[in-house]
Amino acid sequence: MTAVVDPQAVADPLPPRRRNRAWEKFRRSPSALLGGAIVLFFLIVALLAPLLPVPGPTETDWSAVRKAPSAAHLFGTDEIGRDVLSRMIWGAQASLLAGVVSVLIAVLLGVPLGMLAGYMRGWTDAIISRFTEALLAAPFLILAIALAAFLGPSLTNAMIAIGLSAMPIFIRLARAQTLSVMTEDYVESARAVGIGHLGMIGRYILPNIIPPIIVQATLTIATAIIAEASLSFLGLGQQPPAPSWGAMLNIAKNFLEQAPWMALYPGVAIFLVVLGFNLLGDGLRDALDPRDN
Amino acid sequence: MLAFLARRIIIAIPTVILISIFVFSLQHLLPGDPILVMAGEERDPDVIAALREKYRFNDPIPMQYLAWAGNALQGDLGISLRTQQPVLELIGEKLPVTIQLAVMALIIAILIGIPAGVLSAYKKGTWIDWVANIIALSGLSVPNFWLGIMLILLVSVKLGWLPASGYMPLTEDPLQSIRVMIMPAFVLGTAIAATLMRHTRSAMLSVLKSDYVRTARAKGLKERVVLIKHALRNALVPVVTVITLLFGELLAGAVLTEQIFTIPGFGKLVVDAVFNRDYAVVQGIVLCTGIAFIFMNILADAAYRILNPRMSQ
Repeated sequence: MTAVVDPQAVADPLPPRRRNRAWEKFRRSPSALLGGAIVLFFLIVALLAPLLPVPGPTETDWSAVRKAPSAAHLFGTDEIGRDVLSRMIWGAQASLLAGVVSVLIAVLLGVPLGMLAGYMRGWTDAIISRFTEALLAAPFLILAIALAAFLGPSLTNAMIAIGLSAMPIFIRLARAQTLSVMTEDYVESARAVGIGHLGMIGRYILPNIIPPIIVQATLTIATAIIAEASLSFLGLGQQPPAPSWGAMLNIAKNFLEQAPWMALYPGVAIFLVVLGFNLLGDGLRDALDPRDN
Repeated sequence: MLAFLARRIIIAIPTVILISIFVFSLQHLLPGDPILVMAGEERDPDVIAALREKYRFNDPIPMQYLAWAGNALQGDLGISLRTQQPVLELIGEKLPVTIQLAVMALIIAILIGIPAGVLSAYKKGTWIDWVANIIALSGLSVPNFWLGIMLILLVSVKLGWLPASGYMPLTEDPLQSIRVMIMPAFVLGTAIAATLMRHTRSAMLSVLKSDYVRTARAKGLKERVVLIKHALRNALVPVVTVITLLFGELLAGAVLTEQIFTIPGFGKLVVDAVFNRDYAVVQGIVLCTGIAFIFMNILADAAYRILNPRMSQ
């Protein structure tokens, strides 16, 4: 008379019907689509940078120093005659790379720690939670500045610093989601049929906490891009002469009167790409929110 | 309330210890011998010997930590290599400047964010809501250092209305002080305003659906009274908590804002310290902001309990 429950049958986080509904909802949201389009545009530009018909990002032309935008240089030139458009296209690579890699660091370290805290509870949870609170206590940028200062200024170290600073958000989110998933009937059923710890985490918990992690990761990429631009602006990120939007703004602020275009375009690019990730993240959140489905 | 505060402070102690371990470990991230870096470029053998003695660098690392933490507990966060001043004194000097900037930014953020949030929730689904949301999202997406640069270009360089940089203590010339600080405060305030607007909007939306607002309307009260006295007062409870928690954002924003407008505050201190390899100052600042952040968290919890009597029952 014992009913055999197949936990797999009830554990799928997004069954096909709900997945379709989420996609439908995402597709009908103009702001989410706009966000996706902006992100896609910058991604394509960054990937195609070597193929685009622009001068090299570090190529200097001393006969064209601080020239206003023209047909020869669509976005003008900088203080040593480099093409601003070219530096922006190559700068997109640094920005997107920093955004994605630092969030990957945060997710790959934070999610397992958060799941472990939520799954094991007790002392493990207490230790991980105190550690998270300690990391959260230092403001994001101050922590990133301190780490970049001690590790040395470079794009790689900036990405490590941003990733470590963003990690606590993912620990907290994964922990909260794991705790909530653990109360579900299918987890109880899986435990009842004797599935081991790794099987429980891999097959039943992880797939169920992925949607909110994706939403948070998208929104954190936006924050990470601003953080990278801020660190580069302060001289703690990408080092010259390699192009980066933040570093371009740092130099541009010294030439505001003579060459305002140097400050205008990199800022617009940061704004657009961050706006794109924010819109995309908001759209994904609305689409994946089970309460609205 | 006292028991609650005591409990929160006791819970915070392990976190403070962890922060101090983290800050202490920072110096071990430095390549090579940290004492050589701390001793500056001159590398005076006497200074090196004194530093080695002070920080117990010949002892095992746990003992070094205990010595460092013992000094920190007594307010000794080390000496700035650049100015030769005690780090705590240096932080104390710069803090009022940043506090003025942060308070002015917060006032601007509250004046913009809360009314915009209320209006957006009240007019949900209309063009007003739509415009308010677009502005808030843009506020969150604009890098505030770029906004600062653009404002300097427009307001200072092109129009000549306000100075592009500088600082005047509030006690010396209040009017000039506000005039110099208003543009940086606006830059810092806009990002905070966007966050506040979003929180106020969502809090107002849930309050406007509640029974007591419906009852107030049914009693025939004026819409303005319903909105401000009944809805906003309750919606402000979570918003006040958010304001306390925005401390970190304000401080991080201040680092960049002070850099752009050359304001001699806390933020500029940390950036200058980084470039001058003044590691004791960087460590001191991270430790102080961490502890201040924990204090603000406790304050946020206390404020929430005071404003929401159900919590304290």
